Amino acid sequence: MTAYLLRRTAFLVVSLLLAAAVLFLLLRLLPGDPANSLLSVGATPDQIAAARHQIGTDRPLAAQFVSWIGQMATFDLGTSFVSTLPVGPEIASRLAVTVPLTLLSFALAVVVALPVGFVAAHKADTWYGTLLSGVSQLGIAVPVFWVGMLLITVFSLSLRVLPAGGFPQDDWADPAQALTSLVLPVVTIALVMAASLIRYVRSATLDVLGSDYLRTSRALGSSFARAMWRHGLRNAIVPVISILGIELATTFLGAVVVESVFALPGLGGMLVKGLAQHDYPVIQGILFVSTLVVLVIGFVADLAQRLIDPRLRHSLARDAR
Amino acid sequence: MNRKTTSLIGAAVLALALAACGGTGSSGSAGSTPAAGAFNKDATIQIGSLYEPQNLDNTAGGGQGVTEAFNGNVYEGLFKLTDDGKVENLLAKDYKVSADGLTYTLTLRDGVKFHSGKPLTSADVKYSIEKVTAPDSQSARKSSFDMIKKIETPDDQTVVVTLSSKSISFVYNLSYIWIINDQAKSLTTSEDGTGPYTLGTWKRGSTLSLERFAGYWGTPPTNKEVVFHYFTDATALNNALLTNAVDVVTSEQSPDALAQFDGNSNYKVNNGHSTTKLLLAFNDRKAPFDKPLVRKAVTSAIDNKKLLNSIWGDYGTLIGSMVPPTDPWYEDLTKVNPYDPALAKKELTDAGYANGFSFTLDTPNYDPHPTAATFIKSELAKVGITVNINIITADQWYTKVYKNHDFAATMQEHVNDRDVVWYGDPTFYWGYDNPQVTDWVKQAEQSDTTDEQTALLKTVNEQIAADAASDWLYLYPQIVVASSSLSGYPLNGLNSQFYAYGIKKTA
Repeated sequence: MTAYLLRRTAFLVVSLLLAAAVLFLLLRLLPGDPANSLLSVGATPDQIAAARHQIGTDRPLAAQFVSWIGQMATFDLGTSFVSTLPVGPEIASRLAVTVPLTLLSFALAVVVALPVGFVAAHKADTWYGTLLSGVSQLGIAVPVFWVGMLLITVFSLSLRVLPAGGFPQDDWADPAQALTSLVLPVVTIALVMAASLIRYVRSATLDVLGSDYLRTSRALGSSFARAMWRHGLRNAIVPVISILGIELATTFLGAVVVESVFALPGLGGMLVKGLAQHDYPVIQGILFVSTLVVLVIGFVADLAQRLIDPRLRHSLARDAR
Repeated sequence: MNRKTTSLIGAAVLALALAACGGTGSSGSAGSTPAAGAFNKDATIQIGSLYEPQNLDNTAGGGQGVTEAFNGNVYEGLFKLTDDGKVENLLAKDYKVSADGLTYTLTLRDGVKFHSGKPLTSADVKYSIEKVTAPDSQSARKSSFDMIKKIETPDDQTVVVTLSSKSISFVYNLSYIWIINDQAKSLTTSEDGTGPYTLGTWKRGSTLSLERFAGYWGTPPTNKEVVFHYFTDATALNNALLTNAVDVVTSEQSPDALAQFDGNSNYKVNNGHSTTKLLLAFNDRKAPFDKPLVRKAVTSAIDNKKLLNSIWGDYGTLIGSMVPPTDPWYEDLTKVNPYDPALAKKELTDAGYANGFSFTLDTPNYDPHPTAATFIKSELAKVGITVNINIITADQWYTKVYKNHDFAATMQEHVNDRDVVWYGDPTFYWGYDNPQVTDWVKQAEQSDTTDEQTALLKTVNEQIAADAASDWLYLYPQIVVASSSLSGYPLNGLNSQFYAYGIKKTA
């Protein structure tokens, strides 16, 4: 296991470095001029040249790359071309919204999806099993912004119990207020996420229910609950965990639509704006941080799978030898 | 502790519910104009906007957002452009112009202090003007100051500006220059102005707050704090207004939403004057649009009234030229190239395009351009012209259209007032090149009187309309929607300004 951990960590670091280099180059291969976002209609050719000089994109690519790597080495993500503010602190401030939003949505989705998915599979033959399955199918088809707008209409505009959007100016200084503004966005994301999770949990459970080992365990005299607990769940959870990892990673940056509907200052919105303006430091910074997060999530998911599934551990032990 | 928190939330919810009920209950009796004087002078005004500043320096690409938040609020000019378009003295107490019109001697107001505490002197004024005219300046107004020869500061209260040629708009143009402390640092992320507010906090992607400046030289603001809330989604902005999270929306851009506020006595919908024009700009250099007759035909083939109505309903104005009614040289030119498909067909035939032609319309990807492009496509199809709509980003627009002039026709919003003068610049992106117009624009700037200037620019406007230099589709409406508890907010927001210091909120 130690050898695996070391190998996995080394892989993580190398992936991160590679991602950083690829990011830098790809961004500059894309057509577009970051200086354009500083211009206004009426700008003279001199002003256009001055804009390029101001942000430093008139320097050779190699020089830009070296100075970026230099900054990165000192944990400095650079400053935005457009706002001239340091990128690092702004990402941190956006994370104060995005991380709780993602984790809370994720937790809620899991709490809903696991039992519902299990029941949908276990009781697949009953009317409510079919209903649950049908509803989850519907949930996948519904666009997330529509769910958000629906919730706003009901809880903010009609009932007036929750804010329609925004996030407190002083972030988490008043946790109750911050949480209140996250309720609707969290429910929105969780509903949509839970819908697809239910499908995965359901099909994983169905696989297990029809498996030989479960039947054998039952034949040996285990009760359904005990057979399910000792053999069923552990097998069913393995594919679900890798899906969970992917879902979590997707939500991290994919919450941009929900952020826009609820006017939340999250990371997704920052990235979209950065992309529109070709604000390289902003894009690089966010993608670097999110690459890190995604890699770490993948790492943790892998680890969790190995802890749960002895077969993966053993196959690995064999590899190591 | 849990129970306490819960009960607190409960109380808050109850209070909210009560407030909501109160609002609805009193709506019938409360008029739209609150009694003068009955306002909370320590109120916080929550302003909703779609235009977040890019940075805080209008000479470094701060954009429309920083003008909205800072012009007149945080920074002041020597002169001020009032909400109804008049130029008044602000930091300048008065000024004298030499007989030859080349020397302006400006005297500064006494007792003006910057937010950092430093008194205003002529050196700051010189610094501020030079910041706009500097080679690295991104100010949209930079070229209006090309004729400045030198700036002298004989004493702390006097600035003498010498011009190389006469400039009748000089004082007006000065109203766009923020007077900044010449010692100030990092102006893209902080400020040091003389205005009635200081910058509180700027939380990127979310809010920007302004706080009343205790040391302000003039009349103190009628509110204590102003918070700009920035939205990327117009519906989210309207929801914020509907739930009282914001008190006023600086510029409503979601026409469909107006129905929710129109006729609701809790809100007031104000229809002011805008300076933003939607243009179908031809590349006047290249065939087929190098022929005025072809441009006139296209203009006459498009029913602008129907277009405006489909986008803005009953709001907005048709102007038929580049000049909005708030500019002194406005005249109604909608009759010059009237909507008349038969005329359009005839003009096309006369121009040698009896069988029509096809062209690519470079269309910015944000509203209302794609909608308008589709409309134009269907209108032009009726006279035999095929339009290929090419959707591009703002970034691509600057590179392809603005810098490289690589286009046949495009659409763009032109936001500033008095910008008809661009038709006098043959190097501008649309490439309209009429030496006489260029000359008139130049002469107008060197006029001795505003009457002379007005007369010349009217001629310019008539000429470009006759040549259909572009197709001026319509003038945007400027709609400010506010809670009826608010008064004293600006209605016109010329050039995206939004003076907040006079806003009153009932107690």
